Amino acid sequence: MRSFAEEFSFALTLIFQGDAELWAIVLLSLQVSIFAALIAAALGMPIGAALAVARFPGRRALIVLMNALMGFPPVVVGLLVYLMLSRSGPLGVLDLLYTPMAMIIAQVVLVTPIIAALTRQVVETLAEEYAEQLRSLGVSRLASVPVLLWDARLALITAFLAGFGRAIAEVGAVIIVGGNINHVTRVMTTTIALETSKGNLALALALGTILIAIAVAVNAMVSTLTLRAEKEGLRHA
Amino acid sequence: MIRSYFSAALMVLGLWAAPASAEEPFIIVQSTTSTQNSGLLDYILPGFEAESGIDVRVVAVGTGQAIRNAINGDGDVLLVHARPAEEQFVADGWGVERQDVMYNDFVLVGPAADPAGVRGEADILAAFSAISEAQAPFASRGDDSGTHKAELGHWGAAGIDPSTASGTWYRETGSGMGATLNVASGMDAYALTDRATWLSFGNRGTLEILVEGDPRLFNQYGVILVNPDKHPAVRATAGQRFIDWLTGPDGQAAIASYKLDGEQLFFPNAK
Repeated sequence: MRSFAEEFSFALTLIFQGDAELWAIVLLSLQVSIFAALIAAALGMPIGAALAVARFPGRRALIVLMNALMGFPPVVVGLLVYLMLSRSGPLGVLDLLYTPMAMIIAQVVLVTPIIAALTRQVVETLAEEYAEQLRSLGVSRLASVPVLLWDARLALITAFLAGFGRAIAEVGAVIIVGGNINHVTRVMTTTIALETSKGNLALALALGTILIAIAVAVNAMVSTLTLRAEKEGLRHA
Repeated sequence: MIRSYFSAALMVLGLWAAPASAEEPFIIVQSTTSTQNSGLLDYILPGFEAESGIDVRVVAVGTGQAIRNAINGDGDVLLVHARPAEEQFVADGWGVERQDVMYNDFVLVGPAADPAGVRGEADILAAFSAISEAQAPFASRGDDSGTHKAELGHWGAAGIDPSTASGTWYRETGSGMGATLNVASGMDAYALTDRATWLSFGNRGTLEILVEGDPRLFNQYGVILVNPDKHPAVRATAGQRFIDWLTGPDGQAAIASYKLDGEQLFFPNAK
């Protein structure tokens, strides 16, 4: 076994020399997980906000369920999506199994509850703060959802990042529905799993370090955007 | 502010556009971890892809899971190594025809200290009996793979039921060959592995080959086209073309020429 230092510098060399194969894997990871997180946000944020303001029987139970789904095991999600997309499954005709789209679907299922639950938390606090104002304006509870979401947008970026982080880091679901097919559905995490099973532990660890670096970079980028937005907001206020 | 959101959205869309390149014809091959982990498929497939223009997409799982996926119709070609299960698959109508492709062999690896004293043993059943008597740690695949089926066959032939020792000296990892070798390496356990995975495995620790050469350790690989009568979506023409190539002179020569550290890993034997 080569030492970690050797493997790590090998991995760095691959990155900085622009190794096409490695870059394609990194790019696919980003594409799949960013898209999954965006779709999950489009679904989860309105759901979370609606749950925060609406009052109906069973609301409490729904919130408990949603919070519990944050811990949905990825491998179970993978299995469920596999059974749906298999040629023998109800959506088999779509021929989506073993494609990046299948991985996006699995990650959306995984991430939507996380974003919805975090949104519910943020919006509920905000709604209490604004309650009197909204009532005096005669805005109904559900009609206030877009306003509340817009005002909570900076806090909601954190919810989005939590979803993205979960999506890009998970391996159990994408390896089942994606199949870890070289040049088609192989992403960072499934590559790490493959290299580990080949006994290339140091290379796997080096790839993991790259994955962490990417996560840090994405978070830093969004944080910069947020900070700039906050400053602009102050200037306009 | 709005413009920065807009440009971020454009960037994401740009990311998305990249993989939507022209769709080329492809087939999905359900295969085993040994053919992938050993590097064989990465080595031989570009030759076929260049010649045929057909992209071969390999899903590498255990033989048991590969067969179940194929029964569900989630693959066009099955390339695995568990002859009885393969013949059952064809007999049940899920596959068209089974053909031999290549073989290699299983080896028993274990810690250099060899607590069961099986080093150099010519009889695999005697070696299994010795491990059981010594209650020396043994890492089993435990995942219904071809290797797992072969291992269970040897225990059965030796008259031992290892499931009674499950969790003590007999440890079922429930994972792939490489992952199981990682476990064996970590706990100085014995393990049955195909030679190809062993030769390409990078984390051996103190493990080494202790028993090899018993004819019972023969490991035959077969290829089967998934039956398009059962699953009309099967890409039968492209799949058959791949099978013809694999069992024909070009594919067989490619298999024979794959070497790791000068050692041939698979031996073509299509008829």
